[in-house]
Amino acid sequence: MCDCQSKRDALVPQIAVITKIRQDTDDVRTFRVEKPTGGRCFDYLPGQCAIISVPGLGEAIFSITSSPTNKEALEFSIKRCGRLTDYLHGVEAGQQIAIRGPYGNSFPVEGELKNKNLLFIAGGIGLAPLHSVINYALDNRDGYGSLDVVYGARSTQDFVSYEELSQIWPDKPNVRVHLTIDRAEEGWEGHVGFVPKFVQDLAFSTDKTVLVCGPPIMIKLTLAALAAMGFGKEQIYTTLEMKMKCGIGKCGRCNIGSKYVCKDGPVFRCDELDELPDEY
Amino acid sequence: MLKINRERFEELFTLLDKQGRLYLPVAKDGKTDYAAWSAGSAVDLAATVTAKSPKGLFFPQIENLMEFTRTGNKLALEARPLPVEKTIAFGVRACDLASFKLLDKVFLKEPVDEYYAARRANCTLIGLACSEPEETCFCHAFGIDLAEGEADVRTYQVGDELFWEAATPKGEELTAAVSGLLTEEASGAAKVAKAKTAVREVFQKMPLAGLKLSAEKCKAPNEIFADKAWEELSKTCIGCGTCTYVCPTCHCYDVRDHDGGERVERYRCWDSCLFSDFTNMSGGNPRTGRLERFRQRYMHKLIYFPDNNEGDFACVGCGRCLQKCPVSLNIVKVARALGVTENV
Repeated sequence: MCDCQSKRDALVPQIAVITKIRQDTDDVRTFRVEKPTGGRCFDYLPGQCAIISVPGLGEAIFSITSSPTNKEALEFSIKRCGRLTDYLHGVEAGQQIAIRGPYGNSFPVEGELKNKNLLFIAGGIGLAPLHSVINYALDNRDGYGSLDVVYGARSTQDFVSYEELSQIWPDKPNVRVHLTIDRAEEGWEGHVGFVPKFVQDLAFSTDKTVLVCGPPIMIKLTLAALAAMGFGKEQIYTTLEMKMKCGIGKCGRCNIGSKYVCKDGPVFRCDELDELPDEY
Repeated sequence: MLKINRERFEELFTLLDKQGRLYLPVAKDGKTDYAAWSAGSAVDLAATVTAKSPKGLFFPQIENLMEFTRTGNKLALEARPLPVEKTIAFGVRACDLASFKLLDKVFLKEPVDEYYAARRANCTLIGLACSEPEETCFCHAFGIDLAEGEADVRTYQVGDELFWEAATPKGEELTAAVSGLLTEEASGAAKVAKAKTAVREVFQKMPLAGLKLSAEKCKAPNEIFADKAWEELSKTCIGCGTCTYVCPTCHCYDVRDHDGGERVERYRCWDSCLFSDFTNMSGGNPRTGRLERFRQRYMHKLIYFPDNNEGDFACVGCGRCLQKCPVSLNIVKVARALGVTENV
C-alpha cells in the first residue's frame, strides 16, 4: 500500500502572492512573487522556469527573470499574449496566484560559463531568462570575465528592465550594454537596426561564450551571424519554447525528438539543437 | 496446481471483490471493456482484447487533482487525496500487463506521478493467458509471451477450468484469501503446459507472426524523420485520436480547469498528439499539419521512447489500433514503411 497521506503530487502548486508589479512597456510587466507569509517560493538556477496558475484559466510556464542571488522573491517579466497573461496584466499587487517549479535545466553558470567572457544577445521579451544570468554573474562578479549585453527592442518604449539596462549594468566594471531599436526615433542617439546585423557590426571577438534568446526569427538570424563571425556552435546557448502542461516530462506536449523541453531544456547548446528535428 | 471451475466463478468474483474492488472485462452494448464487477455482471473472459486498454485503471481518462477556492484576491488550494482503495484487476492479458511496465517508465520516473503510483501500488493483478489470439495480435514482436503474462497471479483457462498460480508475494496473499474456493489438481501443471504449447503454436500461424521490430537495424532517427513515406502514410489520417485513446501505452495528458465561480476544479484528462491544438501556443504551433502530428505519434513510439527507455518500443502489439482505426492506419503499416521491421 502506498503512503498516501504524506505525499503531494508534483502537479499540485503552492499558493503565492504578487507583491509588486512594474509596467516595463505597453505589453510587458514584471511581477514580484512571494510566499503569502513572505520569502521566496523555491530555490532555482538561472534559466529555469516556473509554472504559474490562475485558477479558472489554467497554467502557463515562464522563465524566472530574477537571479537566484535575490533570496527574497521571484520575478517574472511577462508579455501580454494570451488569456492567462491578459489576466495577469489586469491584476493589482496583493493578488494571490499559484506556482510550482523550478522546471528544466539551467544555463551552466557554475559549469561551462564559469570564468568565461559572456556575450548576451536578447530581443524583446527574450531578455527575461538572460536577465537572471546577467544578475547572477554580476552578483558573483569574480567568477566571470567581461559581460556584453546586446539588446534589441521594437522602439525605445519597448525596452524591458530599462533602468538596469541604461543605468545600473553599464556602470559596473567590465560590463558593456549595446542597445538597438528597430526604427529611428527622435531623441534616440543609440543604434538603430535589427539585432543580428548589430551583432556583426559590433565585431565581437570569438573568445566569448554566447547566450541568445528572443523571437525565433531573431535567434535564427543571430546564429547565422555568429557562425559567419567564427563562433562555434558549442560556444552558443539558447532556450526553446514549447507548449507545456506538466513541466515534468510526462504529458508529452514539449517533446522534440527524444528530448522534453520542460526537463531536458529549455536551455540547449547550439550543437545539441542540430540533433533535434526542426520542430520548434 | 490450484484451480477453480467455471460454475464457481461468481463465488470467486464475490470473494475477490471483498479483498479489493474488482475490475474485469465485462460485455456491455456489444463490446467488452474493463468495468467494476457487480453481481450478475456479464463477465467476458473470451474476449482476447478489450475495446479500450485497461490503462484507465491507473491513469483514468479523467481525474480531479485539486480544488481552488477564490475569496477576493485570496486563494486556497486543496489537493485531492491520493486514491487509497485496494483494487484487483482480473483477466489481464500479457500485452496489457506489459503496457503497465512501459507506463511505469513514464509515471514512476522522478518526479513520480503520485496518483498513478498509488493506484498501481494498491492493485493486485491477475493475468489471464491468451487462448485465442486475434489476427491483429503481434505481442511477440516485443518479446511478450501471450501464454505467460507478468502478473501477481497467473491464470490459465483450459476448457471449463481456470488454473491459478501465485507469482508474487502480493499474489500469494490474495491466493490465501480465496483459497477456500480453489482446489489442488495434480495434473494441472501438465494441462497448463499443454495449453501453453498449443496457443503458442496457433500464434505462430497468425498473420503477423513473422513481424519483428528492431530499433538497431533501422535508419538514423533524422533519416526516418525526413523519410518521404510520411506523406503517403499520413494522407488518410483524419486526426480523430482513436488510436491514442485505445492504445495501452499512449500517456499524453492535458490539465484543465473547470471554473465553477468561487470554486475551480483542476482535472487531468487524456489528450492526443494527433489533435491540432496539442502544441498550439500563443507564439504559434510547431506542428501545424496532419503529417507533422502523425509523424510525431509514430516517431515517439518507434524512435524517441526507445531512445529514452533502454530500447523499449512504446507498443505492446495488442493490435487495438489495427482494429479501431477508421481509415485502416496502424503502427505495423508505419513500421514496415519506415524499415523499422527486421522482416516481413
